[in-house]
Amino acid sequence: MRRRSSKRRVRLVELAHARSGDKGDTANVGLIALKPAYYPILVKLVTAARVARHFKGMITGPVERFELPNLRALNFLLHGALDGGGTISLKTDAQGKVFSTALLRLEAELPR
Amino acid sequence: MTPARGPGAVRIAAGQGFWGDWLEAPYRQVTGGPVDYLMMDYLAEVTMSILQKQKSRDPSLGYAKDFVPLMERILPIVAERGIKITANAGGVNPRACAQAVAEVARRLKLGGKLRIGVVTGDDLLGRLDGLLARGHELRNLDTGRPLSDVRDRVVAANAYLGAWPVVDALRRGADIVITGRVTDTGLTLAPMIHAFDWRPDAWDLLAAGTVAGHTIECGAQCSGGNCLVDWERIPDLANVGYPIVAARPDGTFEVTKHPGTGGRISVAGVTEQLVYEMGDPAAYITPDCIADFTTIRLEQAGKDRVRVSGVRGRPATDKLKVSVAYFYGHKAVGTLVYGWPDAYKKARAADRVLRQRLADLGLAFEAIHTEFVGADATHGRLALEDVVVDDLPEVQLRIGVRSPDKPAVERFTREIAPLILNGPPSVTGFAGGRPKPEEIVAYWPALLDKSMVEPCVELVEV
Repeated sequence: MRRRSSKRRVRLVELAHARSGDKGDTANVGLIALKPAYYPILVKLVTAARVARHFKGMITGPVERFELPNLRALNFLLHGALDGGGTISLKTDAQGKVFSTALLRLEAELPR
Repeated sequence: MTPARGPGAVRIAAGQGFWGDWLEAPYRQVTGGPVDYLMMDYLAEVTMSILQKQKSRDPSLGYAKDFVPLMERILPIVAERGIKITANAGGVNPRACAQAVAEVARRLKLGGKLRIGVVTGDDLLGRLDGLLARGHELRNLDTGRPLSDVRDRVVAANAYLGAWPVVDALRRGADIVITGRVTDTGLTLAPMIHAFDWRPDAWDLLAAGTVAGHTIECGAQCSGGNCLVDWERIPDLANVGYPIVAARPDGTFEVTKHPGTGGRISVAGVTEQLVYEMGDPAAYITPDCIADFTTIRLEQAGKDRVRVSGVRGRPATDKLKVSVAYFYGHKAVGTLVYGWPDAYKKARAADRVLRQRLADLGLAFEAIHTEFVGADATHGRLALEDVVVDDLPEVQLRIGVRSPDKPAVERFTREIAPLILNGPPSVTGFAGGRPKPEEIVAYWPALLDKSMVEPCVELVEV
């Protein structure tokens, strides 16, 4: 019999909402905790490195993270996300509008 | 808590969040309840180059043309109620825009009743060579390259002006202020500086006004539009109320909307807008100040009312951002739709066939980009890991190319339609015909010493 794991896997969409936009070839994703108690979990689990892994192969540059504890939000800059950005880009999402929900697909392990 | 209205508070309503926004919004904002100012933001990065192109074909153009009929509709109301307007609809030709609005006002028998302020000085196109010769390299903020790399392909160059020239126009009695490239936030901040007589070094207050501007500069994006949190229960988006900032002299403000309108103003929704297009939140740099978004406090002050306080700011830098538009090359995007069974497989097969034909023709592209709409266009491989692609009812093949070589792009546009008869089966959705090659005008962000730019304010009496 399999032992019950001490951790529970959840998708970010259960913990956060988000909005994204563009600046040139960089997409920004603002990730906002759905409840105050979720913010420290986001800070711990959704690191820049974790987000970079999530988007591996989809962005060409590094990921930066900024914290906004006052808004219970994290801001991520995804560099090289938009095929050149703006008018140059050939992507449907040339302005990075749906990178927000792509981040919400990320699975995190929560302690039970 | 007392609602922020009446004496001491100034109500600034957002009427347009971009050029192309809802034409009903400005009318609803000036008729739906009391407002003191109507703010209309028209200019995105790419807009200036489009306007510059129009001006080069006809020197009387180069501004957001639909601003004029919009004004025609609301001018009698704003004149009667004493509502003032700030708008960067002037694009690369604010004077022509002001003349067009003045003509409309005279036709509406508003002669002698309105004064239009015109803000210019942002347009650097005619001064570029002089600036470069004097050692201002206008290096690309992303790549570090000097502007001389693309100088011969530049089509527009504008400095982002801040709130102060708009304040100057308001102080000189302008009822309508029409500007070129003034920052989105400056259009909201200026009425506050003017109404409350804020000083140029009152950094916390200027930062608060900047946050107010950022909150409403995208129109309904802070009042229920494009709002992810609880999106299905946001009421009556058909009748969405655009946001209004009710500002107080101490820099606190409330975000609200007219009663009886749809949408929602909540802490969660306003937070979504605050983080939109955000860089380093502790340093939101404008020509007027540096606002620290990590100091913002939000609280729900009532139904559809969010109170904003605590905003701290720091001194402005000695630079202005400059947006240069330059000719980059050509692109085209073609689409075909494949149906069940094996829709995704067929679309992928068509992509392989098309790519092989492009290679066989010896066409060189800087980029070829394929998406399968219905499968991976929005979330890429993240979506494909989650869905059974074999059973999708339909998939759109969307393939784009980019090249400095126009004939190569044109040849590509001839390679889509043949696939209907000589490629994989169950294909449709080509009624639009051949894709159209497009010129790419790209965006070059740079910085310039503030001392090199002199904003100019003129008045036009109606």
